Amino acid sequence: MLKLRDKIQQSEIWKSIFRHNYQDTNRNRALQIVDNVFLHLHPVRIPRHATNIGFTWGMGGITFLLFLVLTITGVILMFYYRPAAEYAYDDMKYLMNDVAFGPLIRNMHRWAAHAMVITVMLHMFRVFLTGSYKPPRQFNWGVGVILLVLTLLLSFTGYLLPWDQLAIWAVTVGTNMARATPLLGHEGPFGPQLGMRIDNDVRFVLLGGTQVGPPTLLRFYVGHCIFLPLIAAVFMAVHFWRIRKDGGISGPTGKGRE
Amino acid sequence: MQNIWLLVSKPDNIPIVGLLFLVILYTWWGFHRGLKNDRQDLSEEARLSEKIQVWPHLVRVEFLATLFVMVILVFWSFLIDAPLEEAANPTLTPNPSKAPWYFLGLQEMLVYFDPWIAGVVLPTLIIVGLIAIPYIDVNEKGNGYYTYRERKWALWIYCLGFIVLWVSLIVLGTFWRGPGWYFFFPWENWDTHRVVALTNVDLSELFGIPTKNPDTSLNPVAFIFGAVVVLGYFSLGLIYWLRKKNSEILKKLGPVRYSVTAMLFLCMMSLPIKMVLRIALNVKYVWVTPWFNI
Ligand code: HEM
Repeated sequence: MLKLRDKIQQSEIWKSIFRHNYQDTNRNRALQIVDNVFLHLHPVRIPRHATNIGFTWGMGGITFLLFLVLTITGVILMFYYRPAAEYAYDDMKYLMNDVAFGPLIRNMHRWAAHAMVITVMLHMFRVFLTGSYKPPRQFNWGVGVILLVLTLLLSFTGYLLPWDQLAIWAVTVGTNMARATPLLGHEGPFGPQLGMRIDNDVRFVLLGGTQVGPPTLLRFYVGHCIFLPLIAAVFMAVHFWRIRKDGGISGPTGKGRE
Repeated sequence: MQNIWLLVSKPDNIPIVGLLFLVILYTWWGFHRGLKNDRQDLSEEARLSEKIQVWPHLVRVEFLATLFVMVILVFWSFLIDAPLEEAANPTLTPNPSKAPWYFLGLQEMLVYFDPWIAGVVLPTLIIVGLIAIPYIDVNEKGNGYYTYRERKWALWIYCLGFIVLWVSLIVLGTFWRGPGWYFFFPWENWDTHRVVALTNVDLSELFGIPTKNPDTSLNPVAFIFGAVVVLGYFSLGLIYWLRKKNSEILKKLGPVRYSVTAMLFLCMMSLPIKMVLRIALNVKYVWVTPWFNI
């Protein structure tokens, strides 16, 4: 048995996959992080307070986890959903009633989305309370604010897709404000003076019509499934990269107070 | 009494109950740990500063947190179904029509300001203001650890914005607003036919200056009155600067940072001020012009 194990571990295939053995040495612990594409985002060594839940509340990490959950459940939902007004609602009904584990996947997607909005707000709250936006992390705070906005937009565009009463009216209320955009909305200050009408202002561009209708559904679908997640992923990459470049997680310098 | 249970147990409202709980918990925790750090000469974070290996120490925490979150999420998804109402019907407007919960703070602002302010200008200022925070906060203390004493102002202002003007308006919009966006106690049954006869007045009218002339054209006196009030409010920032410009903190800020800070702060405070004016005195507009109303 042991011989067989050794044989496998000495084989070319095994060695091509695993670059180091698993003896508990500091060298191997470091390699475990650096040689793994999923873990190498981490530094090799960090101060102990960075692992302290009382310090970070784990909220940034949980937000990222929820984003991953949403990506996976979202892709599964896409197999069952067609973004056209005549199909969308029936597809949802079908998913909820006739697809094995359909409700579970949809519920996970919905509740993870709500939870992500909450955790991102709490993450920001923690970053504020520990003063972690202070130099040298000013820019990463700004990247974070963009991520907050993207999270809200992702959630909002997704809200329309079930194409039920809740969806279209919540989105109607939300997008009605765009009418009043100064200069660019037909009911906003100086909008009419600039030639804005209900059929050419910024809300019209957003909805693809004068009210929430089939073109809105398609626009929100593409935004929700492709455009916004891509942008969010890019910003997250910058966010994580920056955490490393700014010297890892913030912490007290010296004694903890100057 | 039934209504409160209906509201709290509505699947889409459960996250808000959770949010409320978590915000209270974390606010308490943040201040508790800050005050504790203030009492000690070595902060909790500084005490945990020795370097450790990410594998296994951090990866273990991440793994456990993942398990924890996934267990909650899967249970939640097994127990409670996401809502699916009647098919979309553009001719049937539900009353009340509510935005998704995270935008209810903005929807609530619509009561106090016209849509161009509540729906466009203020949200933009929130985003810009948040991004500006690191550049206008010149206090270099309290970077990387919890503290109360070293950052009192920053903490109070952030909590005012986040807890009072954001979270509590969400809770208000969810549990206290019913048909017609009227105010209902959560335990009160929603009366869909309620009409409240409100006579809203403009601020100038409280001082005996009618906004409109008898022929419905704009009264120039009211226009000037409103302009003086609004511009006067924003010049408070300038007055404060002139009086205190030699204080240490304003010197450190410098004129540019100070003006941005003062503008953002005055815009933020305009919301609670307008809320009080509206709720206590039924004031609709402070300044009426031919192009926009504030
Ligand atoms: C999709 C949204 C976001 C994700 C996935 C995310 C993820 C993370 C993660 C994993 C960390 C490591 C430390 C921790 O877990 O607390 C972090 C740190 C940080 N985040 Fe975010 N974040 C997001 C949004 C935000 C927002 C909205 C802000 C603030 C406006 C922000 C500002 C920061 C800053 C300044 C740090 C460095 C903190 C330090 O060094 O102590 N992030 N983020």
